[in-house]
Amino acid sequence: MITVKGLRKSFGQLEVLNGIDQHIAPGEKVVIIGPSGSGKSTFLRCLNLLERPTEGQILFEGTDITDPGCDINLIRRRMGMVFQQFNLFPHLTVMQNLTLAPVQTGQMSKGEATAKATQLLARVGLAEKAGVYPKQLSGGQQQRIAIVRALCMNPDVMLFDEPTSALDPEMVGEVLDVMKQLAREGMTMLVVTHEMGFAREVGDRVLFMDEGLVLEEGTPKEIFENPQNPRTRDFLRKVL
Amino acid sequence: MTFLTDLAAWFDGVKAEFILNFIDKNRWRMIVTGLGNTLLIALLACLIGIALGVVVAVLRTTWDNAGATMRKGPVRWIFAFFNRVCLVYTTIIRGTPMVIQLLIMYYIIFATSDNGIMVATLAFGINSGAYVSEIFRSGIMSIDKGQMEAGRSLGLNYLKTMWFVIAPQVLKNVLPTLANEFITLLKETSVAGYVAVSDLTFAGNRIRGVTYSPFMPLIAVAIIYLILVMFLTHMVGRLERRLRQGDNR
Repeated sequence: MITVKGLRKSFGQLEVLNGIDQHIAPGEKVVIIGPSGSGKSTFLRCLNLLERPTEGQILFEGTDITDPGCDINLIRRRMGMVFQQFNLFPHLTVMQNLTLAPVQTGQMSKGEATAKATQLLARVGLAEKAGVYPKQLSGGQQQRIAIVRALCMNPDVMLFDEPTSALDPEMVGEVLDVMKQLAREGMTMLVVTHEMGFAREVGDRVLFMDEGLVLEEGTPKEIFENPQNPRTRDFLRKVL
Repeated sequence: MTFLTDLAAWFDGVKAEFILNFIDKNRWRMIVTGLGNTLLIALLACLIGIALGVVVAVLRTTWDNAGATMRKGPVRWIFAFFNRVCLVYTTIIRGTPMVIQLLIMYYIIFATSDNGIMVATLAFGINSGAYVSEIFRSGIMSIDKGQMEAGRSLGLNYLKTMWFVIAPQVLKNVLPTLANEFITLLKETSVAGYVAVSDLTFAGNRIRGVTYSPFMPLIAVAIIYLILVMFLTHMVGRLERRLRQGDNR
């Protein structure tokens, strides 16, 4: 579904990604872990070109999205993204947040989008919040809404950039539950997270990144129970 | 008793002054015409200012945000060029006095035109645009960049994200500053008389010139400006409250 070849990204002199080659299969759940500053978020943000790669190729469903002729707006409609800071639109109600993109991109009529949003809101248990503004919601509720907002576009893959890092501890669970449900339904997911429990439970594959490289990858069992790379071992010793 | 007669005499004097300045030869009509011209110039200049300001602000913030990472080619070149044009524009307009700009417009750029109102409107609009662009620019920059990223990640293009996500938030944030700019603009049109436009100030001053009685016409003009500004302030306050309603901030 996504193939990454020789991906490099530098900000001026600072090299953040030093050559990443990955293939993500449809339905696969890939969890990316690693110390802060290791390039995990940048890697994720390169996949929908929120960061433009300095070098390398990214193929999404057969299209080279790094090609200047590629219409990234069309690609992004099939890739949902969830941010650490939720980034809901504060001047719009929950329902308006959810229907803005489907309607304005011409994917759905207002009626279709509202129906879809209502159904998804009910699934994350926030049906009664359709008419309120984001500021009136807790962090956990806002992040669930942000996930629903991405899902409203019917994406083929979901990118999660540290979705629980800005939450109070008691709200982490409700967001992870929504993500687990999504995983069970077969969504292709890439998740940057510090939630090792989630990585172990949901991940098909875990990537350990440091200094802009994928240093080790494998099943959660391999990574968490028998890490080979000394830096993976060191990192896991600190976080587990 | 003398107090009452003094009072009566004073009233007679005021009445005579009033008649002299406003009633005789229908001089009040000059005030009305002047007020009309002032409002016309201010309103049109305000629209020109907003239009120019938005374009300049969007161009400059787009360049500031994306210019460095834009692919080389004609599009980048055009953006770089217009960004430079915008910089020159704001520098010149903000760096020279309004009256000089007005005189240059009237006596040099539009030397062949004798439509003072049109020239004044353009001059004030172009002047206001430079200030408005800075107001909008700071407004756009104050919006968290996550908002743009969220809009773009959903597949909305740059302009749609600007319009549906960024602009409404910017507008609410800059409204008080923007209102202030237009109040300044309204009062600044009082120099339009320099290019022979009979605006409100010009009318008052002309009445003073023929009646040799400065108090009434000048105070009347001042009161009219004051009422206009108070009315504007009141309307903006209402609009602000309405925009804030949904927000619960």
